[in-house]
Amino acid sequence: MLARNRNLLLLLPAILLVGACFIYPVTWLLQRSVSEPVWGLQNYVTIFTKNIYIGVLWNTASIAGATTILCALIGFPVAYSMVHSRPWIRRVLIFVVLIPFWTSILVRTFAWLVILQRGGLINDMLIGIGLITEPLDLVYNRFGVLLGMVQILLPFMVFPLFSVMARIDGSYFKAAINLGANPIRAFLRVYLPLTMPGLATGAMLVFIISLGYFITPEMLGGRGDTMIAQLIFQRIDEFGDWPLASALAIVLLVGTGLLFVFINAVLKFRRGRI
Amino acid sequence: MFYSDKFWGSLRGVVNCLLVVYMLAPLVVVLVISFSSALFLSFPPPGFSMQWYDKMFSNPTWTRSLITSVKIMVPAAILSTIFGTAAALALSKMKSKWSVFIRGLLMAPLIIPVIITAAAIFGVFRIWGLYGNLQGLIIAHVVLTLPYVMSTVSANLVMFDTRLEDAAANCGATPWMTFRRVTLPLISPSVLSGLLFAMVISFDELVVSLFLSTPQVRPVTVQMWSNIKGDTDPTIAAIATALFLFSLLALLVDGIARRRSGRAPGL
Repeated sequence: MLARNRNLLLLLPAILLVGACFIYPVTWLLQRSVSEPVWGLQNYVTIFTKNIYIGVLWNTASIAGATTILCALIGFPVAYSMVHSRPWIRRVLIFVVLIPFWTSILVRTFAWLVILQRGGLINDMLIGIGLITEPLDLVYNRFGVLLGMVQILLPFMVFPLFSVMARIDGSYFKAAINLGANPIRAFLRVYLPLTMPGLATGAMLVFIISLGYFITPEMLGGRGDTMIAQLIFQRIDEFGDWPLASALAIVLLVGTGLLFVFINAVLKFRRGRI
Repeated sequence: MFYSDKFWGSLRGVVNCLLVVYMLAPLVVVLVISFSSALFLSFPPPGFSMQWYDKMFSNPTWTRSLITSVKIMVPAAILSTIFGTAAALALSKMKSKWSVFIRGLLMAPLIIPVIITAAAIFGVFRIWGLYGNLQGLIIAHVVLTLPYVMSTVSANLVMFDTRLEDAAANCGATPWMTFRRVTLPLISPSVLSGLLFAMVISFDELVVSLFLSTPQVRPVTVQMWSNIKGDTDPTIAAIATALFLFSLLALLVDGIARRRSGRAPGL
């Protein structure tokens, strides 16, 4: 009994803090989204019927989707290379991929701005060697957003893939080759399916985290790349439109939550079958 | 050709090099530009100079915002470490179903998109008078960093042999003495990791701070944000480098502490 009370006492500060300064504020948002200007779902109806909001929802999904696909395309060879490199190279690669966890998104996004802008490193270089005469638009568009986001989110794809690939027995692939499959077929039918659990976990993480991105699209994107998080910020910062901003936040929260539950269920189901 | 190890070996080499360039080049460029003698962001810089670091420490806007960041980071990281370690200890001893629920609740600020946390906290803190002052920012940063401390310490506690505590109690130690003399020394490396983690997260935090700060109380990341959105000069590169070095230093201290305690370096 004494030990139990002590545990509760140890937990109390954290629970009170998170309850009062996190759970309560989120429910406060939920309440504002359905109670203003009058009680009802009018704010949600606006989000899903007005073209500008639908456009932002579409941007959010398509940027997150493209980031996921690019992370998979880049992460796959990187993870493969990590598994099959010498130990010291592997350690260097892990350190390099982990840098995102140790540098702020702000610093890295700013760095891309320096490299990509019209008077930036790449444009200066290309003009310098005479390949182009007019600077290219490499930033404030979809390209810039994706370049920045993929760099930050890559570790979430690489590490699940790495841990799965490290356990794959190389003799399966050799067996397929010896049985007459060409390397492409052996890869597609034997190696790729074996990496599926890692690929699926990585894709889920990258997609869900991408949905809520704010700093990178705001700094590297153009007007046509507004994502839902930016819209929430704008609505509050510029217009003080709390009911709509709250509804957007709840849409993002419920959307990511449902997606998480759904994908987890699918992954569990598939694992059960195998 | 497809079967030769040499082909695959060199292909791996190419992949590795491209990865290193993609992940590191931006940081290297910022680092180099921060020592530029030019008046704007040009690369490669025409010469070496420390002028932007001078400017960072002489311009009151930057010094004030750096001090503000430290004033938020230190109390937030300490509180978060105390609360997070206490919660992790309690959860490790709880057997009931509630512990899973409580752990999920405390981890939630890490999992849900930070823009939601930011908007929600801003809305409520404005009513409570916690907007535009240090207290509000400190409390918000404790909420945000708590999950990092808790998960770091919890990961260590999984390997902790609780029989040591029982032994101490059997020998007549009070619970506090057991904690001070047995538990804390054994989990201290992870507590230090948690503290460093919390410091880095707090110092780098932008989104919540963007909502809660005013021009009078403005941490350095928010100041950078508003400068980048306006016109940029290499001072930002100097600040960015300082931020990066701070993170690297934390990583280094963490690595040394882990090595001394005999645990594997890295995450």
